[in-house]
Amino acid sequence: MKFGVVIFPGSNCDYDTFYVLKDILKQKTTFLWHKEHDLKNVDCVILPGGFSYGDYLRSGSIAAFSPLMLEVKEFALNGGLVLGICNGFQVLLELGLLPGAMLMNKNLKFLCQFVHIKIENDKTPFTHKGKKGEILKIPIAHFDGNYFAPAETIKELKNNSQIVFRYSDANGQISEEANVNGSMENIAGLINREGNVMGMMPHPERASETLLGSEDGRIIFESIINKLD
Amino acid sequence: MIDKKVLEEHTLTLEEYEKIVLLIGREPNITELGIFSLMWSEHCSYKSSKIHLKKLPVRGKNVIQGPGENAGIIDIGDGLAAVFKIESHNHPSFIEPYQGAATGVGGILRDIFTMGARPIALLDSLRFGPLSKPKNKVIMEGVVSGIAGYGNSIGVPTVGGDIYFNNCYSLNPLVNVFALGIVQRDKIFYAKAEGIGNPVLYVGSKTGRDGIHGATMASAEFDQDLEKKRPNVQVGDPFKEKLLLEACLEVMTQDLITGIQDMGAAGLTCSTTEMAAKSRSGIEINLDLVPQREEGMTPYEMMLSESQERMLIVAKKDKVKEVQQIFSKWDLDAVIIGHVTEGGKLRVKFGGKIVVDLPVDAIINLCPVYKRESKTPLYLKSETLLRPLPLPTNYNQTLFKLLSSATIAEKEWVYRQYDHMVQVNTAFFPGADASLLRIKNKKKALALALDGNSLYSYLDPKTGGKIAVAEACRNLACAGARPVGVTNCLNFGNPEKPEIMWQFEEVVEGIAQACKTFDIPVTGGNVSFYNETEGVSIYPTPVLGVVGIVDDASKMMRPGFNEEGNPVILLGENKEELGASEYLKCIFNMEKGLPPQIDLKEERRIHEFCLEVISLGLVESAHDVSEGGLAVCLAECSFLGEQKIGFNLNLQDEMCRDALLFGETQSRIVVSSNTKKLQRLLDLAKKRKIRATVLGKTGGDRIIISHLKKKIIDIPVHKAYKAWREAIPEIFRMK
Repeated sequence: MKFGVVIFPGSNCDYDTFYVLKDILKQKTTFLWHKEHDLKNVDCVILPGGFSYGDYLRSGSIAAFSPLMLEVKEFALNGGLVLGICNGFQVLLELGLLPGAMLMNKNLKFLCQFVHIKIENDKTPFTHKGKKGEILKIPIAHFDGNYFAPAETIKELKNNSQIVFRYSDANGQISEEANVNGSMENIAGLINREGNVMGMMPHPERASETLLGSEDGRIIFESIINKLD
Repeated sequence: MIDKKVLEEHTLTLEEYEKIVLLIGREPNITELGIFSLMWSEHCSYKSSKIHLKKLPVRGKNVIQGPGENAGIIDIGDGLAAVFKIESHNHPSFIEPYQGAATGVGGILRDIFTMGARPIALLDSLRFGPLSKPKNKVIMEGVVSGIAGYGNSIGVPTVGGDIYFNNCYSLNPLVNVFALGIVQRDKIFYAKAEGIGNPVLYVGSKTGRDGIHGATMASAEFDQDLEKKRPNVQVGDPFKEKLLLEACLEVMTQDLITGIQDMGAAGLTCSTTEMAAKSRSGIEINLDLVPQREEGMTPYEMMLSESQERMLIVAKKDKVKEVQQIFSKWDLDAVIIGHVTEGGKLRVKFGGKIVVDLPVDAIINLCPVYKRESKTPLYLKSETLLRPLPLPTNYNQTLFKLLSSATIAEKEWVYRQYDHMVQVNTAFFPGADASLLRIKNKKKALALALDGNSLYSYLDPKTGGKIAVAEACRNLACAGARPVGVTNCLNFGNPEKPEIMWQFEEVVEGIAQACKTFDIPVTGGNVSFYNETEGVSIYPTPVLGVVGIVDDASKMMRPGFNEEGNPVILLGENKEELGASEYLKCIFNMEKGLPPQIDLKEERRIHEFCLEVISLGLVESAHDVSEGGLAVCLAECSFLGEQKIGFNLNLQDEMCRDALLFGETQSRIVVSSNTKKLQRLLDLAKKRKIRATVLGKTGGDRIIISHLKKKIIDIPVHKAYKAWREAIPEIFRMK
């Protein structure tokens, strides 16, 4: 099976994600250029982190109109696996494949640091290799990671078990202190109703090697690989 | 003859003007005058510093490119080379902190990728006035945001740096940015204009009126009319630069171009003339073809504009279409604006007429070089330190005060705003002694350190220069890296003042001696003069960036204590040296005395010993002693470990307690080992004639330091950690 990593003008974590999938996890991986209409028969599309289109207008808003996104939307509607990381998550929100929006971090500054996230739903294609309640140490790096959605949406997300990750402390407490960017309900990652499209703000590709601080991010990629096998 | 006021505006002396007339055989027109004004400015020509910079050692068996190109290049083995340089963007950062700092980042990054290297790391060395003054807070906030805004957006991690605070920087903040990239040794590109008839392409952003006279602004002091200078500050677009970076690197994977140069200070003027000078050729361009984003621009404006995110490329005659296709893929302009000629002339056309016709040699190679007068300053006599000083009544309080002083306090508030992890190479995060980047799929890693204590350089410039190099190398040694190359940024006041020139000469001499002793070549750098406002000059501020290699990345060493019950050992000797210390400044508000002495040969032996014990696996942590002295170093060993382990140590030196705890004596490293390996470590130290003193053990949750068995510091780790950690955020907390 194959992974496809989308490149928008301004994507920065495309090479990082490609490196982890290809060199570390030994998966067939290809780049997908935003101007094209070809998904190259991939089994999973990854929208990587970065500053697509310089974050002009709203993060991810212009990228959502790229020609390739028409294909990605169709792919998703047909049940294909799509993972949006950081800016990729923002693109999924702009595409309407996930509900809600991202506001500026509550401290009004860019935040780059390791955080802990708790797995709230271990039945997704992206988390089934982990356990509900498991704590993962994965870094964030964003300015606009403060998740917001209207009250009814939040209610739906909860009822349908669409919240996949929540910011927590090292012991699993969902606290305000652990919620460094101010997201509603400490939401760090969400899945769509059908369960095939996930967006997460933390960067699992940055937590795939102990040398760089943590290997906890691998669980997400390994879950996808296992699902496809 | 020329109007005196016009000359002044162009920061040219009458003698320089007369030389120009002599060289070109006539009087220059206004555009040509503008060109000389830029290229003969201090910033571009190094006319006051060239003579002295010759003292620096530039040769080495691993040097692929020394000073004189966009960046320096060192062979790091495995068919790879490190491309790196440091540059200043001081004057613009005072006028417009965010954009000044942002474009400083943009500029240095272009210097790296123009040589074919993907930039993989940024470090910045910043100097601000005391944060008790609101204006300095505003400048610091703007600068940090600017570096973050640009670096994060373009996807190059800012992995380290340093920040110092001092009164002299209030009206003259310093922003020095270091960048490094990796390139394959056989795929390096240079700024050459070769092949008569080869097309010259302009690629990147359109030209506007920003930054005109940026280079000359950087070559003069500030006075009251600062607001008028705002348009001199360039405005950056990191997204555009990201596209430019990707497009250029893509072009460079194929054999399509013969030369490439970025348009930085002095834009089109600098790039055209430097490329032609390198190849002893000429260039002819037509300004009508230059992409413009404003109307009615004159040749003067177009040649002097410092609009960002532009490159000049000399392509192979038959490969232009392929080059343009690649740039078009990335939605960038790539326009033929001229061609390479013979005859060594810069010819510029506009509206069908030739508006510039100058010999390139006159512009680049025949700028006057000055040996300015230098004189030992009088202030040195008044800065002697009077002893004895009153000893602290409560050493705990003194330590708290030092830990929470801005220069020593933790800088996480700053580096959390920088994406320091993008590109997944960062093995050490900001806060350690050195920054460490692994090289993907290779065994080795690169270590980077930036250092430069300006107070030392003010009170004894030669020693300050030596220590700047020594400290950077010491930081590398603590990480397990051996130094392989140096770049330097020399920030000084007005070189037309003999005392400032003396400072410069002495600092350069110190740096030269240190580099020779450590056997590391200087591959290039930057000189920033005229950091003076309303007559107040900065302290001499040499910032040294040293690149090192850790041969086996798995052996890299961290500074923090990582286990309870480990012996703590001091390598090196304690001496009574309180001069020029943070302790004096923080507790007594004094900036006096001589900086600590340094024996460069002894310093080198300590580094080599440190590297040896790291490679033999005899130590668990290594951290060097610097600002704040031994007490601060030990506290940091506790804070920088994951578990914040305390310690209980006893110092046996018979000397004044204040100097023992807080003096900044050089050539000292604190290591922790384990009980099984301790004896081997001590035996090896004896063999190598390195003084190694066991101070005590790690463990517990208190910081306990005794002197001659009398407890003088005894505080809970978490309290000290809190003071160190919260000092800076507290200053910037929104009330």
